[in-house]
Amino acid sequence: MSDALLQVRDLTKRFPVRRGVFSQITGYVRAVDGISFDIPRGKTLALVGESGSGKTTAGRAILRLIEPTSGSVRFDGQEVTTLNKHDLRALRKRMQLIFQDPYGSLNPRMTVYNVLSEAMAIHGLARGRRRERVYELLDQVGLADTAADRYPHEFSGGQRQRIGIARALAVEPDILIADEPVSALDVSVQAQILNLLAQLQQDLGLTYLFIGHDLSVVRHISDEVAVMYLGKIVEMGPVDALFSAPVHPYTKALLSAVPVPDPDAHKHRILVQGDVPSPMNPPSGCRFHPRCPDATSACAITEPQLEGESHRAACLVHAPAPLRSAK
Amino acid sequence: MSKQQKQGYWRIVARQFLRNRFAVAAFLLLLLLAALALAAPFLAGNIPMYMVKDGKSYLLPNLFTYSDLVSFRFDTWKPGPNDSAIRPPIPYPPDESDLDGALARPGAEHWLGTDDRGRDVLSRLIWGTRISMTIGFVAVGISVVIGVILGALAGFYGGRIDMVILRMIEVMLCFPTLILILALVAVLPPSIYNIMLALGLTRWPDVARLVRAEFFKLRESDFCIAARATGLSDLRIIFRHLLPNAMAPVWVNSTFGVAGAILIESALSFLGFGAPPPTASWGEILNQSKNYVDFAWWLVTFPGLAIFITVTAFNLVGEGLRDAMDPRLRQ
Repeated sequence: MSDALLQVRDLTKRFPVRRGVFSQITGYVRAVDGISFDIPRGKTLALVGESGSGKTTAGRAILRLIEPTSGSVRFDGQEVTTLNKHDLRALRKRMQLIFQDPYGSLNPRMTVYNVLSEAMAIHGLARGRRRERVYELLDQVGLADTAADRYPHEFSGGQRQRIGIARALAVEPDILIADEPVSALDVSVQAQILNLLAQLQQDLGLTYLFIGHDLSVVRHISDEVAVMYLGKIVEMGPVDALFSAPVHPYTKALLSAVPVPDPDAHKHRILVQGDVPSPMNPPSGCRFHPRCPDATSACAITEPQLEGESHRAACLVHAPAPLRSAK
Repeated sequence: MSKQQKQGYWRIVARQFLRNRFAVAAFLLLLLLAALALAAPFLAGNIPMYMVKDGKSYLLPNLFTYSDLVSFRFDTWKPGPNDSAIRPPIPYPPDESDLDGALARPGAEHWLGTDDRGRDVLSRLIWGTRISMTIGFVAVGISVVIGVILGALAGFYGGRIDMVILRMIEVMLCFPTLILILALVAVLPPSIYNIMLALGLTRWPDVARLVRAEFFKLRESDFCIAARATGLSDLRIIFRHLLPNAMAPVWVNSTFGVAGAILIESALSFLGFGAPPPTASWGEILNQSKNYVDFAWWLVTFPGLAIFITVTAFNLVGEGLRDAMDPRLRQ
């Protein structure tokens, strides 16, 4: 796929663990361990997984807010991981981040106008008509002009999230990395923000990397889904294929945990045993095998690779159905 | 959200602060003291605020220099029948000796008495307010500038820079402050500016530690990451985004710091290392009067009270600020 706007290859981030008086490095946390994916322009890829699976680290490593340990990130044909400071700045104009916590992500001491106009000023956008542009952005995210001269604490969580989105849009980016943008919001507000994101994608032709753990949300917004477990992608594919015919036992377990709003519905809940193992010392072979209901003895030895066509899974036991029947 | 007025940070702090009556009273007292200090030439001195001499009128000769008054002696001037002058209410300059009237008790002539050289105590106290307050504010100003810059760099960059700055802080904290200041003042030529410098140069580690701790917290915050993701420069992130959010403990610390600086200056003056003698500072007045404690109670009482009240007021304001800026009380 050469037409991908964002192309991630073997992205790895390891954090050294330091101990003792002289801070010796005693090990590494492999937060993101060799993930690869493509996002075509104008599409949405969702990265899902439970807490600690490395989704957030992956998002930040792509933006180089955290320096990746190894791997390649190509954005619009340009290698990101080797950019110097100056070029990185230009790139950041095109890749923006939306945060989970609408309370912590806005500087409490700056008015909305200052936040938005500063971003424009840095990149020399909308010279001489910043105020109109601020109103335009506020209108785009569904806020009134009067919001411009207020401080963040005067807004509700949902309104703050809209401001966060407006800030990201202020520099006219091509791709938004949305890091659990709705998981801190009330359910009723979640829908509004999701609809806003979908509307913006349509109007501005944005590309999204949507990081989340709520599968019903992900299903609603994404074109493709990648499931992460302990720093690795265990299954990825088009949203319909993945939801209708999950392959990896972990994906199946995740999907079975989605609540169904029908009290009479008979559900077969797949319960996963135990806790997530420490990413400092991940299990051998398939990382999921200690908790997997279908694990065989081979799973503890051989590490499975992602296999399949458009719908791929990394499992020794199960394989995705051939392309024809998956569609 | 539906509040009508804009709610800036300082407005919220002010509202919280106004709830604390003691702090507000102390703040008003400090304003009064500041006014006294600023108005010293109009309150105490022998140079008139307005005078008519030989048919010419002079407005505010205590502030402006008039060429034909350069060699004029105000202290021995007896106005003629056509001359007139409006003099300050306390017609004694702070350093005008009058040996005949030495050690006069407080009374109608000298409201707070005179010292061993016949200098008016009230006049010296008023002019001393200037010296003491200036020393307090400038010393704290110097320490805040140094402390904020070093603390911000250490907290923002961490790693090696933090290591170096932290060691500097620790070295400074190892010295007993007063001894260090005494050593500095002993080496530097005696002047109130060098006292300010010595105080400022020894007080910054406190500020640096506070700012560093705040920066450690703030640099991981989402809005800091957002600022970096927007492509802002480090300097802009440090000074425009993080610093305003890190200053609350510094303001509180500075208020206590002004009180502390005034106290240390008094101690220095009392030990004879303070403002050089003719200068009227509160500590210096105390120092001059220590030989007469037995019978001239007014000599030690009033400067002592001035120091006590001012330091207490600064501390009360500091506590009020601390409560008003406490983020847990907000919203």
